[in-house]
Amino acid sequence: MTLTQADISREIAAESEAYARSGTVRHHPSRGYAPYRSSALRHPRQPLIAVRDPDAVELSGPVFGVTDVTELDADLTRQHTGEPLGERITVTGRVLDRQGRAVTGQLVEIWQANASGRYAHQRDQHPAPLDPHFTGVGRCLTDDQGGYSFTTVKPGAYPWRNHANAWRPAHIHFSLFGAAFTQRLVTQMYFPGDPLFRYDPILQSVTDEAARARLVAAYDHDVSVPERSLGYRWDIVLDGPSPTWIEEGR
Amino acid sequence: MSLPTPAQTVGPFFGYALPFPDGGNVAAATAPGVITVHGRVHDGAGRPVPDALLEFWQSGPEHSRRTDGERGARAGRPGSMRRDQVTGGFLGRDGVDFTGFGRVATDPDGHYTLRTLPPGDAPYLSVCVFARGLLHHLFTRAYLTDHPLHGADPLLSALTPQRRASLECVREDEKLHRFDIHLQGEKETTFLVFE
Ligand SMILES: [Fe+3]
Repeated sequence: MTLTQADISREIAAESEAYARSGTVRHHPSRGYAPYRSSALRHPRQPLIAVRDPDAVELSGPVFGVTDVTELDADLTRQHTGEPLGERITVTGRVLDRQGRAVTGQLVEIWQANASGRYAHQRDQHPAPLDPHFTGVGRCLTDDQGGYSFTTVKPGAYPWRNHANAWRPAHIHFSLFGAAFTQRLVTQMYFPGDPLFRYDPILQSVTDEAARARLVAAYDHDVSVPERSLGYRWDIVLDGPSPTWIEEGR
Repeated sequence: MSLPTPAQTVGPFFGYALPFPDGGNVAAATAPGVITVHGRVHDGAGRPVPDALLEFWQSGPEHSRRTDGERGARAGRPGSMRRDQVTGGFLGRDGVDFTGFGRVATDPDGHYTLRTLPPGDAPYLSVCVFARGLLHHLFTRAYLTDHPLHGADPLLSALTPQRRASLECVREDEKLHRFDIHLQGEKETTFLVFE
């Protein structure tokens, strides 16, 4: 029997109601989220073991520097001899920790589909065109205010095989490092007003509405570059204890 | 307090973006004292996971050399993914600094290989697991059973024998350590959360 969007939407609604009834606040997705079928066999069933050791190695973390990025890495529209097709955008924001402090000098990596919704990955074989002028990979280091900025094109939505007629809303994948390995984050940034939000089990796996809203960038006219690109602002807050967290006795 | 940005899956298509040459060679294969940690990532049905990304973080070896002369086992160094300013491609590590950071994608058989030096002041490598189907990364640790600090580790001592065994590398020979990861099931790996 074919799994339809209606089936998945029903499951999404049930998960949402169960979350509302739980009376708790959960910021992150539950690793076992049934509407996202690939999660079924890929999440632990045993409870995670809490580590509260102030000497844990994870309270320190990898360091990146000027040798790990080139200036061009942050402009995905200039990595080939010609200009990529699509709506050129600037995506910028700040990376903060749970205490609201700037995460400085840390690595931000992004990857995305092209304007047609196709990844430059051999396993993405859906019939949308590749763009010889767009790979879709970028990286930069956060500045001394925790700021990052990328120039790219707006990615297209794309189909996937979770169920019949499944489509991912347009998104940019983000990978972030904090001052400690405990603060590591991989996530996805979405674009405001996308009609696909409610159908997408990956976004809806974040069952808390306010938390889900934190995955959506804001259009910011002041970030738009005249005659060049449309601007989006997206701030990111890293979870997990930071190295100074213990020292401050919190 | 700021509210955190939720995690989302790394998805199936990170392969052209996140892995980099020498990502799994935290130490050069020819470095004195180098060890190999390898294994397979399995799902709840025991099948290999061919689209997982593993990251490793560890303290430095006791006498790790650094280009800036600074020592300190937990102070990571830049240069894990050095870039070539001429071509824009990857240069590889400089072979001098020990950065403490490794990143490897599993192969079609779910297998990974890491070459590194034993950490100086802790008996384990910190491991972060990402995969398609995994909505939020998982932390675990690969303990080296021949490390001098292994016997006194507070986390290991607090676990049942089976949970403990899932965190311990199997020593295949003097320099070869096997660390399999089971995301789910009977042999499920013990995963950690930091509070
Ligand atoms: Fe994607």
